[in-house]
Amino acid sequence: MDQPAASTDLIHTHVTFDDGIALECGTTLRRHTVAYRTYGALNEDHSNAILVCHALTGDQYVAETHPITGKPGWWESVVGPGLPIDTNRFFVVCPNVLGGCMGSTGPLCRRENPDGTESAEPWGTDFPPVTVRDMVRAQKRLVEHLGIDRLFAVIGGSMGGMQALQWAAQYPDHVFAALPIAAASYHSAQNIAFHEVGRQAIFADPDWHNGRYWEKHRLPARGLAVARMCAHITYLSEEALTRKFGRRLQCAPKDSTEAINLFGDMFEVESYLRHQGSAFVQRFDANSYLTITRAMDYFDLAADSGGDLAEAFKGTATRFLLVSFTSDWLFPTSQSRAIARALNRAGANVSFVEIPTDKGHDAFLLDEPDFHRTLAGFLRGCAMHAGLPAL
Amino acid sequence: MSAPDPVRFLAKNMRVDLALIAGMIAPRSRVLDIGCGDGFLIDHLFQTKGCDARGIEIDMAQVTQAVAHGLPVMQGDADTDLAHYPDDAFDYVVLSRALQAVERPREVLAQMLRIGTRAVVSFPNFGHWQVRWQLLATGRMPMTPAWDRPWYETPNIHPCTIHDFFSLCEQEGYVIERWLAADDGGRRAPWTRFLMLANIFGEQGVFLLRRR
Repeated sequence: MDQPAASTDLIHTHVTFDDGIALECGTTLRRHTVAYRTYGALNEDHSNAILVCHALTGDQYVAETHPITGKPGWWESVVGPGLPIDTNRFFVVCPNVLGGCMGSTGPLCRRENPDGTESAEPWGTDFPPVTVRDMVRAQKRLVEHLGIDRLFAVIGGSMGGMQALQWAAQYPDHVFAALPIAAASYHSAQNIAFHEVGRQAIFADPDWHNGRYWEKHRLPARGLAVARMCAHITYLSEEALTRKFGRRLQCAPKDSTEAINLFGDMFEVESYLRHQGSAFVQRFDANSYLTITRAMDYFDLAADSGGDLAEAFKGTATRFLLVSFTSDWLFPTSQSRAIARALNRAGANVSFVEIPTDKGHDAFLLDEPDFHRTLAGFLRGCAMHAGLPAL
Repeated sequence: MSAPDPVRFLAKNMRVDLALIAGMIAPRSRVLDIGCGDGFLIDHLFQTKGCDARGIEIDMAQVTQAVAHGLPVMQGDADTDLAHYPDDAFDYVVLSRALQAVERPREVLAQMLRIGTRAVVSFPNFGHWQVRWQLLATGRMPMTPAWDRPWYETPNIHPCTIHDFFSLCEQEGYVIERWLAADDGGRRAPWTRFLMLANIFGEQGVFLLRRR
């Protein structure tokens, strides 16, 4: 692929704030844009808003056809009329994260000169490092812009769950319920290690050009694809891979350049991963991938509260639902349980469910009836406690 | 999960003594129900008494059921998870028909009265006459409506009598504010004034305790 990703040309629904956002790293962005999508209608007293936070490679197109890939939204089985996050009842907001590449301010955007004017070239690798806290602060601006003082709920899986936790810790009075799904309060050494493999794959691509690939009209597509392939393995479980592919073979593509195709065959799992990799590079920017993986790696909510996670939630009135999945080894149940226990220490109202599934970390995106029932029931219960009118 | 699972036992008999327990709990109080099953009691306490009632349950299927009904329940184990709550977090901590199934009943009671001002405990009475009679007459482990699992697969590893429980409370320095004996249907039995009779004819004991 030698053309920059089409996402730069698309116009996404967005709002731009001119009053500056001071990032944790010390840099202040004078202007920042938050691209977002909404579903459903905000009620009269603005009390029915749910913020959905996307994961590392997700975006704001949560419940509609994706404008680039043409595929269904990433949570179309969860967000919509009559679904667990019922858009007949709730006003759903999903922003693209700060540092992302689907319209929010990120490495793809034109860089800001020190005098506040806009340069002709993109930020690229010079985009300041952002944290999950920065992402949440940008989202808070959007939420205020939409006229919402208190969110009924903040929901997210994986990195979205980190944001939900950060929201609850940072703005306890503005979050009635927080639902971190398949999440953790910090990124473990193993998680960081996998991210680093992905980043090194990007750096090793000859088309990387020190991150200034646009100058050569190239994209580090192979490196980014390998990063995606590596990450994708961590989203699945061994059982799921065995069930889906086993050791089955298929014909290798005719134009395959690899010399080691023994009998002109390849394993189905190889083909699947290659497809995942090549589909990904069409919609994602390599510098965004670096920025966001680093934000996840830096995340450690307890460290921000003197090492005790309970301190981050002391006295909170927010209601929590933690959900983990049995075969998720990337954000294992032990991580959710640790959060639940910290919330107990903080005296918080917490529900915690582990869903049995063989689908690994990805289960939160897939059709898991028990998970969906849990989500719907928890939101119903919270709506009652929040005094939202029944449907 | 390989550990004995008190909940399956509880689920069958879940509701029999809940009315008695609910009767001991003041309106609008903070309640933690340990081994809450599908959350029947916490729902009841919220709906009828406006309590801030939460639950812990070891069986994940029941936890899912409870949360899917909108109840604040988390998966957890009475033996290990109470340590994570702060002192005096609740007005009442309830343990309904699970004391005999936990690994360390004395420690669980101590935790209950650390995190709660009061504890409500119910358990099936191993001193009931049918139990005594069966052991005496047949020389085999008793099987009654309250003790209905064979010895080799029962999760009830710490059976006790109402008398035993009185002794434990005295030993640990707990004040028994109220107690009663009931039949297995949860009906209040008339022997409360006489421990000796209650320990023979009561199928279960229900106690309201507080720290001295």
